Amino acid sequence: MLACLIGYFGDFDLAEEAAAEAFAVAAQRWPGTGMPDNPGAWLVTTARHRAIDRLRRDRVLAAKLPLLTEREPHDSGEDAMDGPPIPDERLELVFMCCHPALALEAQVALTLRAVAGLTTEEIARAFLVPAETMKRRLTRAKSKIKVAGIPFGVPAASQLPERLAAVLAVVYLIFNEGYSDANAENSLAAEAIRLGRVVAALLPAEPEVLGLLALMLLHDARREARFDGQDLVLLPDQDQSRWDWRQITEARDLLARAWSARA
Amino acid sequence: MQYALLIYSKPGAAEALDADEREANHREYMDIKKMPAVVGGASLHPVETATTVRVQDGKTLVTDGPFADTKEVFGGFYLVEADDLDQATEIAARIPAARIGGSVEIRPVVVDGA
Repeated sequence: MLACLIGYFGDFDLAEEAAAEAFAVAAQRWPGTGMPDNPGAWLVTTARHRAIDRLRRDRVLAAKLPLLTEREPHDSGEDAMDGPPIPDERLELVFMCCHPALALEAQVALTLRAVAGLTTEEIARAFLVPAETMKRRLTRAKSKIKVAGIPFGVPAASQLPERLAAVLAVVYLIFNEGYSDANAENSLAAEAIRLGRVVAALLPAEPEVLGLLALMLLHDARREARFDGQDLVLLPDQDQSRWDWRQITEARDLLARAWSARA
Repeated sequence: MQYALLIYSKPGAAEALDADEREANHREYMDIKKMPAVVGGASLHPVETATTVRVQDGKTLVTDGPFADTKEVFGGFYLVEADDLDQATEIAARIPAARIGGSVEIRPVVVDGA
C-alpha cells in the first residue's frame, strides 16, 4: 500500500503520513461500521484524499496537480471504494530505493526503511550508528529522490540487468551485515532473506535473484552451528544436525530452478 | 522537471581525436541541441580564454584562468525538460564528452515557486 502511495505522489514522507492517517481513521470507524469489502482500496483512497488535503493546505497543490492528473490511467476511480485490488508496486519501490543515483549506504537504509519496514532506530542499531545519523541519511535520500526526480518504476529492459544487479547487491550487503553478528537475535540476515523472497516472488524467472536467495538460505541454514559463544566454529567442525535442513532443501530447489531458467 | 547537464571534458581528449571523429562528435552535439527536450544550452570557449572574478573587501579581483585547476574542464551545458532523472540520464549518455574520458553532471534546476 505504501509503495502505491509513494508511486502516486513521489514523496515518501507524504505517503507515510497519509498511510498512518488512513489506518487511524480505519481503526476508529471499522469497529462500528464494519470492514469494507475491499479494505486495501479503501485505505489507499482514504490516504490519497488525506495527502491531497495536506498538499492543498501547503498551497503546493497547484504545482503538483498536473503531475497527479497525468497518472489517472492507473487510478481506477477515486470513488470506487470497492474497486479492483491495488497493484503490488513493491518492485517499483525496490528499484527506486536501489537507484544508482543514491549513495550505496542510502540505498541500504532506504530499502530497509521502505521495503522491509524497519524503524529508523532499528536500522541505526543494526549498523551501529547513532539514530540521528541514520535519520539524516534517510532524510537526505528521500530529499534527493524528490528534488532530482529519481523515478518510481521498473527500469526498461535495456537497463534491467544492471539495475537488478544493484538491487541484489543491496540485499546481499544487508545479509552480510547480519551474518557476521554472533547475536542470534539479530534480524538483519532474516530481513535480507525476506527481501530476497519479495524480489524472487516478483521476478520468479530471474536466475540471479533465485541464486542469491539460495545463497543466503544456505549460509543462514548454518546459523545455529556457526558460533560457540562469541567464537566462530569452522565448517568441518560444525554440528550438522543443527543446520536448518528445511532451508537447505529450499535452497537446492531454488538453484535447480535458477539453473533451468538460465537455459 | 528541468535539469542542467554540465559537461566536463578530459583535457586533450578532443584534440586526440582524428578529424572525422571530431566532426562526428560536433554533429552529435548539434543533434542533441535540436532535441525537443533540450530547451537551452551553450558551448563554451576553451579554458585558456577563462577569466575569474572575485570580490574581497569591496575590491574586484580579476585573474587569468578558470576558478580552479581541475583535472576535468567545464566545457558547456544543456538545459533539458524531462519527466524524471532516468530520462535526463538518457540524454546525458549521448553527450560525446562522456565517452571520451569526461563526465556529465546532472543537476535539477530550481524552478520558481517549487
